[in-house]
Amino acid sequence: MARMAGRRTLRLAAIGTAAGLFSGLFGVGGGVLIVPLLVLWCGFGERLATGTSLAAIVIIATAATAVHGVYGNVHLREGLLVGVPAVAGVLIGTELQQRISPRALSLIFAGVLTVVAFDLLLGL
Amino acid sequence: MIEAIVIGLAAGVVAGLLGVGGGTLFVPALTIGLGLSQLDAEATSLLAIIPVALVGAMRQRSHGNVDARTGVLLGLVAVAGAVAGVAIANAVPERALEVGFGLFLLFVVWRLLVRALRPPPTADRAPAPP
Repeated sequence: MARMAGRRTLRLAAIGTAAGLFSGLFGVGGGVLIVPLLVLWCGFGERLATGTSLAAIVIIATAATAVHGVYGNVHLREGLLVGVPAVAGVLIGTELQQRISPRALSLIFAGVLTVVAFDLLLGL
Repeated sequence: MIEAIVIGLAAGVVAGLLGVGGGTLFVPALTIGLGLSQLDAEATSLLAIIPVALVGAMRQRSHGNVDARTGVLLGLVAVAGAVAGVAIANAVPERALEVGFGLFLLFVVWRLLVRALRPPPTADRAPAPP
């Protein structure tokens, strides 16, 4: 029992450390890492993993923003101008989700991200 | 100013639709749309993520989808990694950061494809062959 709990704590520590590194290094929340790992390693369902990941991201993003702030990289005005309307956007998106094929949308979005990725990689 | 608001709204809609976090969208939106450097876009994206994740977590919690103990534990153990990540981001050249972020986007693409192409979980599946 104690051994199982220990293993679980180790796994959570590994997930957290990896997610934190990704978050600080790339300016993302780390959910794309946390959600699948909670599902695969900790037996979480997809929904519980997503909700739990969001709670973790609040702490991770706050810590990473604070450290970036010390370096003087944070544009406070732009961040709030983007972040606050994004909250409304997420609520709209979640509603639309019931009506649009998530599969088609995922494929379109994967295409767009691929273009952005190659744009960055090739330095166009 | 209008640009930033439109970018945030649009990124939020896509994030809500796909369940992909805001940062994947905020960073390119901030560099392409508002002309921030990669480093500043990443830092600013993290600030923008806070309200989105906060509201998202509260909504999920009302649906019983948050394991708060695990979430807080994960967040706290991640702080050291996040501090290290930020320090690395500030130490490496801007170009390395762009390449790293490009590779990260390809990882997100791979995750999106895995999810999009696997059979829907609600569909009844044929019983496994004996």
